[in-house]
Amino acid sequence: MIHPKVHDPLLLKEISMEIRTSVIRMLSKAGSGHLGASLGLADLFTCLYFSILNHDPENPVYPGRDRLILSIGHVAPLLYATLARAGYFPEKELDTLRKQGSRLQGHPGREHGLPGLELSAGSLGQGLSVSVGRALAGKMNEEEWMVYCILGDGELQEGSIWEAAMAASHLELDNLVAIVDRNGVQIDGKTEEVMAIEPLKEKWKAFGWEVVECDGNNHHDLLSSFHLAHQVTGKPAVILAYTKMGKGVPSIEGNYRWHGKAPTTKEAALFLQELEDSEG
Amino acid sequence: MTKRFINRGDRATREGFREGLVSAGRRHPEVVAIGADITSSVGVDLFAEHFPKRFISLGIAEQNCMGVAAGLALEGKVPVFATYGVFAALRTTDQVRVSVCYNDLHVVIGGAHAGLSVGADGATHQALEDIAVMRVLPHMTILSPCDATQTNIATQKAVNQVKGPVYLRFGRAPMADFTSETQVFEVGRGQLLHTGDDITLIATGHMVWEALQAAYLLEEDGIRARVINIHTIKPIDREILVKAARETGAVITAEEHQVTGGLGGAVAEVLAREFPVPMRFIGMADRFGESGEPKELLNHFGLNSLAIIREAKEMLTEKFRS
Repeated sequence: MIHPKVHDPLLLKEISMEIRTSVIRMLSKAGSGHLGASLGLADLFTCLYFSILNHDPENPVYPGRDRLILSIGHVAPLLYATLARAGYFPEKELDTLRKQGSRLQGHPGREHGLPGLELSAGSLGQGLSVSVGRALAGKMNEEEWMVYCILGDGELQEGSIWEAAMAASHLELDNLVAIVDRNGVQIDGKTEEVMAIEPLKEKWKAFGWEVVECDGNNHHDLLSSFHLAHQVTGKPAVILAYTKMGKGVPSIEGNYRWHGKAPTTKEAALFLQELEDSEG
Repeated sequence: MTKRFINRGDRATREGFREGLVSAGRRHPEVVAIGADITSSVGVDLFAEHFPKRFISLGIAEQNCMGVAAGLALEGKVPVFATYGVFAALRTTDQVRVSVCYNDLHVVIGGAHAGLSVGADGATHQALEDIAVMRVLPHMTILSPCDATQTNIATQKAVNQVKGPVYLRFGRAPMADFTSETQVFEVGRGQLLHTGDDITLIATGHMVWEALQAAYLLEEDGIRARVINIHTIKPIDREILVKAARETGAVITAEEHQVTGGLGGAVAEVLAREFPVPMRFIGMADRFGESGEPKELLNHFGLNSLAIIREAKEMLTEKFRS
């Protein structure tokens, strides 16, 4: 059965908070992993899996499903927490993240058998090309499903992303929606200091894409952006989602030092408290 | 004495790929081909002509081509992406490793213009490291057929028999076309082309013909050389290698590739474990190629039957001395 769609922003917000709680818990248990973007993208993932995507947790590979390609494999904890919350596997399994023998690899690895994974990925710059291939196959077979590809903003420094961007518009893939997590920071610091990627909107436009900008931590704004992206014909659409790294935990919000770090048990307890306090 | 192979006329192995791809396309509607600008040069043009809706031009952007191939394979297509071997195996290595191999996808990678025999274009375009790089990737199959006829068959097998990622290597220069159209070609099995118990010559690609010529000439000196064609470098046929080592006690490998990491390395890894015997390696000795006529270059770098004969005689002298 296709997963039911939630349209109430309040309920979506609640689910996002539950997912953030899982992310903090699992990363603290794992002892390593990327906290920043996993918290920052929680609202977007909630919207996708609980309101936008056609998908079926009981039949993860049903042919008519929408495909979600996570190009930034390091956001795996968020993907796992979302899939578990949607019913793909028991939430208890989240505790095994990054442990030897686990289906929850540090970066998604399909050969370990976790349901719901559309691509093994982790080397930045590859997911958009794979998404172009899948969208192209969809067009060739006259399928209705969509391909969504999640990109990081730092990842846009990879040249292959722009090869793929050129191809997607050349092939007129209006069944492809790319989403850029524009949180402004990467491991070494601010993207504009490490290697400037602006003007981003103009770049995507110049590559032949329809550009939609939104507050990536606002469910209402996200949902309307997806609806706008779906109406585009004859070319692909990109959503520049302005998010806050570490969103939901005020003491680390926007701090690039939390890009690739996991909280200690003590920190996790503090963060969970902050998360609870910030709710509502 | 086994029958001697006869050259029916020089043909480039890429011609075999060109024809084999069309045959595969005719039988399998899920086959699609990706072009990176040099489609006629690598032999994809005929497929594009026959099946224009199944040909996708993606320009000079090999990394993207490989990723798109992975995406197509995830949806049940059998994508064939051919470009020069230097780009197919080396520029896109990370895409092949993660998007293709780690996802265990049936992508057919065509490595054209393989080896020194590309000729005048020089070192940048001569793929001499592609086998080594592709060989270390988990799930990868490597096919390196020896002539145009065999390349045609290998292309079809790459599509309809191999399950995961496959790297198919072929060349540009017209070379001897001698194997039978009705030959038994099994992925993963070597071919015994000439019997003999004094020494074994193990070759791949264009060097198989040179190994045969060496064996025929050695025969005139009373030396019986066994010749084995390893058209599948991975998974390699351990059985045929160990049997040859046991029965002849001396092995020479020959390839149009660096001697490290290629056929020689693959054979040595098997024999070192299972039946160590003295070995010699014919191939590129850790250096780049240069411009020249194909056969001129092969002679210059010692990739020919004369070099094989010289090594064989030296080895046999040592064998009898001990």
